[in-house]
Amino acid sequence: MKITRRDAMLAGFGGFAAAALPGLGFAATVEELTAAFTGGAAAGEGGITLTAPEIAENGNTVPVEVSAPGAVAIMLLATGNPEPAVATFTFGPAAGSQRAATRIRLAKTQDVVAMAKMADGSIVQAASTVKVTIGGCGG
Amino acid sequence: MITRREFLQASVAASAIVGISGFGNWSRLAAQQALTQDQLLQFDDFGNVTLIHVTDIHAQLKPIWFREPEINIGVGEAAGLPPHVTGADFIKMFNLTPGSPEAYALTYEDFTALGRTYGKMGGMDRVATVVKSIKAARPEAILLDGGDTWHGSMTSFLTKGQDMVDVMNALGVEAMTSHWEWTYGSERVNEIVEGLPFPFLGANIFDVEWDEPAFEPYTIFERGGVRIAVIGQAFPYMPIANPGWMFPEYSFGIREERMQEVVDEVRGQGVDLVVCLSHNGFDVDRKMIGRVKGIDVILTGHTHDAVPEPVLVGDTILIASGSNGKFVSRVDLDVRDGRMMGFRHKLIPIFSDVIEPDADMASLIDESRAPFRDQLEEPIGTTEDLLYRRGNFNGTWDDLICQAIRSERDAQIALSPGVRWGTTILPGEAITREDIHNVTSMTYGACYRNEMTGETLKLILEDVADNIFNTDPYYQQGGDMVRVGGLAYSIDVSKPIGERISDMRLADTGEAIDAAKSYTVAGWASVNEGTEGPQIWDVIEAHIRKIGTVKLEPNTSVTVTGI
Repeated sequence: MKITRRDAMLAGFGGFAAAALPGLGFAATVEELTAAFTGGAAAGEGGITLTAPEIAENGNTVPVEVSAPGAVAIMLLATGNPEPAVATFTFGPAAGSQRAATRIRLAKTQDVVAMAKMADGSIVQAASTVKVTIGGCGG
Repeated sequence: MITRREFLQASVAASAIVGISGFGNWSRLAAQQALTQDQLLQFDDFGNVTLIHVTDIHAQLKPIWFREPEINIGVGEAAGLPPHVTGADFIKMFNLTPGSPEAYALTYEDFTALGRTYGKMGGMDRVATVVKSIKAARPEAILLDGGDTWHGSMTSFLTKGQDMVDVMNALGVEAMTSHWEWTYGSERVNEIVEGLPFPFLGANIFDVEWDEPAFEPYTIFERGGVRIAVIGQAFPYMPIANPGWMFPEYSFGIREERMQEVVDEVRGQGVDLVVCLSHNGFDVDRKMIGRVKGIDVILTGHTHDAVPEPVLVGDTILIASGSNGKFVSRVDLDVRDGRMMGFRHKLIPIFSDVIEPDADMASLIDESRAPFRDQLEEPIGTTEDLLYRRGNFNGTWDDLICQAIRSERDAQIALSPGVRWGTTILPGEAITREDIHNVTSMTYGACYRNEMTGETLKLILEDVADNIFNTDPYYQQGGDMVRVGGLAYSIDVSKPIGERISDMRLADTGEAIDAAKSYTVAGWASVNEGTEGPQIWDVIEAHIRKIGTVKLEPNTSVTVTGI
């Protein structure tokens, strides 16, 4: 994952720590990652905004942004990638906002999922389908 | 007290009853053989703001034939709604009369006979007459251009859009947005934009490196004490549908949240009216205005739909003004106390034999064409059949193009892009070089030839089909289905991606396409950099010269189900 200057600046403003998930011997599945993040809590809706393009202009670098006011952690998953884990962002008490933007690589058309863990341990989730297309016939 | 919504609805109903949309009168006028310029332009001034909308002119400076689609399938929530209504259904829905001038202008049936009766449409010199007439009545009218203006003809190609820039400047455009403009490359676009006397708007055009807005998102007009924000929305799928390598600095996208931000920003500045000048396409705009709050009027473009009445979504009116210079929309609005209280609308048809050309514009156009005139007007062959493109699947022009590709490039299968531009030729007419360019002009027209497996061919058909028939408009890119030659297939438009295409066969022999086998395929308009081959217009010209007279067999190679 390439961190651009703009992403780095956002990181600075947000005051979060981004930790790429450790390289596992086997890719953890979406279910495993979800279970580990949520601790089994059911995910609700609302309170989290995931912004991603409907159709990727370049599947190798797709800009996504996630915002979840009040979150202590946000996990981003590319559910159709061989390795679905993208990143988990954690926010300390001094964080001015709970927002992160990055660019991810998508192997094919798939749902990108963001989950946020709130201070009370509750989980909210948002998903967005990003299409990776061959294109070429717009008129 | 009447609510704003009720007022809008009342206004739509009233326009149908008393015929102030202008369409109700045509049939009667034609029956009286009294279609006159005055009647086409007749409009009872209304309210205190006037918008004039043109879009998708595709560089058609001269009057043209343009046959509207026979097949224009709507899926999901758009099924059966305008613009996915054609022919007799369209005539019935808008209460028109078969064989009338409006039926000719807006539908495909009896196109050849009606064309001979009512004549060509469009011509920027006629458009200039209409704009001048509106401005004479309403000097503060705002002329807005929805884009796809600089591209689509031989002269625009040879002048890199300059002929259209000169004409639109003379016409008095006050803001525009964009799509095919970008296929001249970002350097040329920026060069033109620097010299434009009006803003080149695109709230959704972002810098790739910084992911920040790269062009002016909106402009604010002050007219007659009313403050009007016009927000531009460029074609969202620029780097996907067209070659992204030609404008690598920019990113596009629908960016719905950005549109809401910009609407909120101009509302925060206390404007009285918010207009969106969009190149999203009709279905995308219909969805967007259902979700983005605060847009009063959306002037839609891209999908080339001419709809005689505004479509109301919540409190927003959606105006679709057709293509190729066939129509000019006039929208009068009553804006008071920071609110749109009502509207009156007319989709003005540009009957070129009825509307007098504006002399200044006519001479500007002829000057711009003069250096190329011999090249443009040289006849290459003639056609016995009506040649047209528009529609979800192959038109006759596409059949001819695919024949030319297969013959000249010795390929089993031809692919031709499902663009919605491309003018029409009537039976018996000469095909000039300009006519060929009108259906092929582009900056990436190399006609490639290579091998593709059956699997790849299926992938291409599925991918393009999903750009048209995905039930979520935000995933529709607004083109038509890729045209094919030498290949037959069935398509179930109701299925999801991967399941729509079946029964692929070589059309000549009926032999089933084998996923693992390779086939020779030739086509044009590849978005890949470095594509090699002769220019498509040269391929077609060579073919037409050989055959002399075009005569086509009916094309039954595509079977459509699931409608």
